Amino acid sequence: MKTLVDLLRENARLSNEQLASILGISSEMAAAQVKKLEEDGIIIGYSAIINEEKYDKNAVTALIELRVSPQVECGYDDVAKIIAQYDEVDTVQLMSGGFDLAVIIRGKSLRDIALFVSERLATLDGVLSTTTHFILQRYKEKGVNFSGEEADERSLVSP
Amino acid sequence: MDYDKLLSRTVREVKFSGIRKFFDIASTVENVISLSVGEPDFKTPWAVRKEAIKTLEKGKTAYTANSGLIRLREVIAEYINRKVGVSYDPKSEIVVTVGGSEAIDCAFRAILNPGDEVIVVEPGFVCYCPLVSMAGGTPVVVETKPEDKFKLTPRALAEKITPKTKALVLPFPNNPTGAVMHRRELEEIADVIRDKDIFVISDEIYSELTYCDERHVSFAEIEGMRERTIMINGFSKAFSMTGWRMGYFAAPKPITTQMLKIHQYAIMCSPTTSQYAAITAMTECEEDVRRMRDEYNARRRFVVKGFNDMGLYCFEPEGAFYAFPCIKSTGLTSGEFCTRLLNSKKVAIVPGDAFGASGEGFVRVSYAYSLAHLNTALERIKEFLEELKING
Repeated sequence: MKTLVDLLRENARLSNEQLASILGISSEMAAAQVKKLEEDGIIIGYSAIINEEKYDKNAVTALIELRVSPQVECGYDDVAKIIAQYDEVDTVQLMSGGFDLAVIIRGKSLRDIALFVSERLATLDGVLSTTTHFILQRYKEKGVNFSGEEADERSLVSP
Repeated sequence: MDYDKLLSRTVREVKFSGIRKFFDIASTVENVISLSVGEPDFKTPWAVRKEAIKTLEKGKTAYTANSGLIRLREVIAEYINRKVGVSYDPKSEIVVTVGGSEAIDCAFRAILNPGDEVIVVEPGFVCYCPLVSMAGGTPVVVETKPEDKFKLTPRALAEKITPKTKALVLPFPNNPTGAVMHRRELEEIADVIRDKDIFVISDEIYSELTYCDERHVSFAEIEGMRERTIMINGFSKAFSMTGWRMGYFAAPKPITTQMLKIHQYAIMCSPTTSQYAAITAMTECEEDVRRMRDEYNARRRFVVKGFNDMGLYCFEPEGAFYAFPCIKSTGLTSGEFCTRLLNSKKVAIVPGDAFGASGEGFVRVSYAYSLAHLNTALERIKEFLEELKING
């Protein structure tokens, strides 16, 4: 059974009426469920998926691997929260494996990002090392293929 | 050469289906949004495709046994038992065919003598009547009605039974109506034929796609009906494997023995690559089937509500992936409605009468499409109806 969250994850622009008819509930019920999900902090925002290359050719996105030494009381939380405050930072995640924090940054140019990493991230207390990977090409984001939907191979009409 | 004189009279008298006629019209219009396809939009599950590639790499491309790979028949027997609790001997009671259609053809050819009558439920899939005729039988149509939710009623069936009746075709879940017959309703049908020598060809190709609380019930599991039932099913709809051409029939040994002769001489065996892939489908893809069913169900609600909100009454289909809204309120025939909709809004849906005269006044809408696609199409149909109200 598909849930309201499944449906909004695929398309956040579905109206309450559309959600209601897909789920077989009333519009009021759909509206109440959406509100509850927002209040409970399960849905924390809505955003469009942008083809950045098309929108701004010069814009650069990078994934930064950070190795961080954990603090006694709060582990990685303090450093992560400081990093999350910057507007340039799109995503901050604590990772298992070879490094600790994965940070995704959007900037106007390569230099922009290089400076941000060296001046803002590398200098933070507890950050041991940084590795910067520039994103060259996007193929799929949040379930959407950048090449668009594949053509329907089926016949126009069939029994 | 005078072809008309030379070619088989029986075959010449069989008409091409109304679907084909509508396809010819639709393909003359550019950029059509179609809701006319009778096959799933999902890709075949990856595990199935991978298995096919693997067996091709290993060069497993020889003929199989006429009935199909024994492992596949064992898997099918387990599947039927798990789903509907009927047991068939994989060695002698199950044959793998080239899609469900071939199985239906084998069934008619194995049971009919000239002049035998076969009761065919309409609206229904387009192949039954022509295949009956080509097998030398006489199709007798029994119509289902919207007020009965397009289910076959015992009374309607009883009216059609004559001393010549050899078989009944029971196609549920139904294409094009989406109707499903529940256990109690099947029991009532069983009571009508229990003391008569009538076979039942139970076409259960949409058995995995039901959306009601009661699971799919096979006619073969109704008390006393296994001995007379030829169960038809396949991989096309359940596992999104239409192009693989994999179907099967299951029936008591005396019936399958005769059917197998037809399959053996006409087909030899089903495609080997597809057979290996089908084993994987039935053993590893339960989760894929569930995911596809959930997706169809969401679309089903969306489409049915959409038509009802537009003022085109649509009864709730409990199975398959079709909605069958009534367009009588527009004053148009099904054919007119679909042609005008196609020309003015470039949306293709199939006139209900393509599935039998009793489908007149209805249209078949396939929801084997993404929600976004369905939404666009419904918007256009709504516009069409509004313009129809203003301009007539």
